[in-house]
Amino acid sequence: MIRAIAACLIALVTCRAGAAADEPTPQALIAGAARKVVKLYGAGGLRGLEAHQSGILVSSDGRILTVASTVLDSEQLDCVLDDGRRYEARLVGIDPRRELAVLQIEAEDLPCFVLEEAPEAVPPGTRVVALSNMFGVAVGDERVTAQRGVVAAVVPLAARRGAAEAPFRGAVYVLDCTTNNPGSPGGALVDARGRLLGMLGKELRSTAAGIWLNYALPGSELAAGTAAILAGEVSGKPTAEFKPFDPRLLGAILVPDLLDRTPPFVETVAPDSAAARGGLVADDLVIAVGGRTVTTRADVEQALGGLAEGDPVKLTVIRRGALVELNLGPRPGGGRP
Amino acid sequence: MNAAGRETASILVAIAAAVVAAGGGRPAMAVDPAVLAAEARRVETIRQATATAVAIFAGTEGGGSGVLISADGYALTNFHVVQPAGVAMTCGLADGRLYDAVLVGIDPTGDVALVKLLGRDDFPFATLADSDAVEVGDWCFAAGNPFLLATDLVPSISAGIVSGTHRYQFPAGTILEYTDCIQTDAAINPGNSGGGLFDAAGRLIGVNGRASFEKRGRVNVGAGYAISANQARNFLGCLKGGLLVDHATLGATVATAVDGRVVVSDILETSDAWRRGLRYDDEIVSLAGRPVRTVNAFKNVLGTLPAGWQVPLVYRREGRGEELLVRLAGVHTPAELARIVAGGVDGSEAEPAPPPDGEPDRKPGPPRQPAPPLPDAVQGLHEARAGFANYHFNRLERDRVARALAAAGGAGKGAEWVLSGTLAAGGEFRIELSDSAATIDLPTGTSTLDASGELDASPEPPGSGGLLAALSLWRRLAGEGPAAVGRTIYRGTAPRDPRAIDPSGGDLIDVLETAVAGVEARFTVDAKGAVVSIDLWTAPDQDPCEVRFTGRRDDEPTMPTTMTVHRGPEPFGTFLIDRVERAGAGR
Repeated sequence: MIRAIAACLIALVTCRAGAAADEPTPQALIAGAARKVVKLYGAGGLRGLEAHQSGILVSSDGRILTVASTVLDSEQLDCVLDDGRRYEARLVGIDPRRELAVLQIEAEDLPCFVLEEAPEAVPPGTRVVALSNMFGVAVGDERVTAQRGVVAAVVPLAARRGAAEAPFRGAVYVLDCTTNNPGSPGGALVDARGRLLGMLGKELRSTAAGIWLNYALPGSELAAGTAAILAGEVSGKPTAEFKPFDPRLLGAILVPDLLDRTPPFVETVAPDSAAARGGLVADDLVIAVGGRTVTTRADVEQALGGLAEGDPVKLTVIRRGALVELNLGPRPGGGRP
Repeated sequence: MNAAGRETASILVAIAAAVVAAGGGRPAMAVDPAVLAAEARRVETIRQATATAVAIFAGTEGGGSGVLISADGYALTNFHVVQPAGVAMTCGLADGRLYDAVLVGIDPTGDVALVKLLGRDDFPFATLADSDAVEVGDWCFAAGNPFLLATDLVPSISAGIVSGTHRYQFPAGTILEYTDCIQTDAAINPGNSGGGLFDAAGRLIGVNGRASFEKRGRVNVGAGYAISANQARNFLGCLKGGLLVDHATLGATVATAVDGRVVVSDILETSDAWRRGLRYDDEIVSLAGRPVRTVNAFKNVLGTLPAGWQVPLVYRREGRGEELLVRLAGVHTPAELARIVAGGVDGSEAEPAPPPDGEPDRKPGPPRQPAPPLPDAVQGLHEARAGFANYHFNRLERDRVARALAAAGGAGKGAEWVLSGTLAAGGEFRIELSDSAATIDLPTGTSTLDASGELDASPEPPGSGGLLAALSLWRRLAGEGPAAVGRTIYRGTAPRDPRAIDPSGGDLIDVLETAVAGVEARFTVDAKGAVVSIDLWTAPDQDPCEVRFTGRRDDEPTMPTTMTVHRGPEPFGTFLIDRVERAGAGR
């Protein structure tokens, strides 16, 4: 009995001491991990697309992992390190399925995460810190944002961007903190010891519920994706094509598509349809769908396809020389033209 | 708790668990006493902070939060919270009671306001922390009134960590610039505006006022911003003085050069910085003792400083570093500030957490309707005057300084002063000050000023910029009080020694400004009623005569042992005062 108690004591004390020795203070943990997160600036700035995101250093000689996004569609891609040093980054390759991208900057002796050391998978309930340049609030040598949270679930990703389904379907860490913000994608998710657990994913909504997802791609996927990119096994761009949506499903019949660039005039509106209830009338010229400018019939179908089922359909039309804003209510599902 | 303490606690738990196990029963959830103790501390800390949280109701226009910072009822909040309320408002505390409150001072640029709750002199209050000591990763919590939920007046608490420090947030619209602010992932929602952000020990580290909102509507998405306690403290004197507070400008703009240096990109030739020698393309190294490596860092430092302060500036030109003391000017004219306050703030893209009225909060609009008659409780506590949020409180603060000056025993009205001693540069001096004249004997000659006439007539002695006028006003202020020295107002606080600014505000002393007999002067007065410095202008946009008093006499504790006099960068003289004689009518 006494021996059992003693063993129990020793085990507990050792375990405690071990945890204390391994776990830095949150302040030190964040200060250390934030040095391995970079600010990336590229293309964008239009139509709600951000021109910036985050990235993580995965080698001391300047290899950076980030999400594949339109930000990378730029002649010039700038990378700013934690200490404010600025480099031009080169796109090495993209894993379109995982929507990962590997970048390279010409630098040496950088602090970095070691992908191979990322734990295989951590269970729900694991305490985490997310580090990213959300909202682009940090510039120059200012430190990226730190958020604390917990892994809420480890589940397969079922998400979409607009109406386009995200290509990755593997397991991701779902988080209880709001990481789904502009600038966050590409940021680091670390555990209480400062080890990389994953990378904050792109801004996506749940296919099931339509809510914005706060999630991170696990370290194992980062390692596999990076290896595949470096081995040249994958390439290309993430496909974000929208399935066009037929406005007839809303009760709006546009003029026949006879020309290359048929202007989207409304020919007729079906009675008792969403279009009729929303106030659309014949001869209206649709110039914007959800704030996105459209100039052709095909544009309208693409723009409507970019909306998710249930999203409000907001049209801007020209009627007798005046702009009119219309709301046709939630977009129904389905519907190729 | 230290590591050793934690281990002891673990052992206790282990024994408890083992004993229960030996007894054969399943243990109830055994919680580490250290955890329970930490929890109890946290509950107590939050309980104390809760008592300081103010729910501010601005009539039909919504409302927000505030935080008490003194037992006599001063509470910090946001300008954008009190703006719709006007001069008088109703505030609730967690004790369930409603209190009348009066607007004291506002800082529209910094989005800060000070109100005073009435009816008690034993309000629970929060202590301002040194917010520069806050670290990313520190635990923190917000207390406030999100979504105006607190119909029972008990605030909501949201916990998080410090996500970022020294953040710069561009002005929303034309004003409301958040500089050097603290970013947190504690939920900051509409209605939290003006409430306190507290550290783990329950000290006030900031005033919540703004959040990043995106695509989800106006709800928290993990990024709230608080005005730092250190910034609030720098402006607190101005706010207590009922001022319509202005922020500072160097009179120069900076930009990032190709090589990453922060350089002067434009500079006004009327600015003090220009007169001190700052020029285009000079690299800014530090401002007010804080390093400047980015344009944001420059704006961050500047945003924490009230107009009128003198601060050190280090710049580099052709590899050579140089330190200057520069005087900061106001960003706005008084008329501009008044217009901003009266007309609402432009800013359709504004992101301050607004009163949750369902509308984007700050639409540019017509000026407020003429204020309704003041509630009885506020009668006599408000006085409208151009340039002030509430002149009544300026009078209160000025009278407080007057009492300190009187207590210091200025020898009374009419007393003649004689100061004599040696100059550091060699030779002797003698200064005689009376109601009718001021005379100084220097090795270079004797100068006299008619102290009863216009003081700008001759800035005697030559080269001093008006030393005799400054000393005349000094004698008048110390002997007869501020009311006797022309139009004198209380101008907040400033560092005792501008070359050694304590960021946590340890050495802020009172400032009085006066305009009299053709001159303008600025005095700093310490808590013991000793005048520490005088700046005197005989003409605007020129270098003032700067008089600095140091040392403390054994015979007359509020009189100095040394007086140094500068005109701009030029030293006029260092006076080692051997003897002070003050005698005459009033003593």
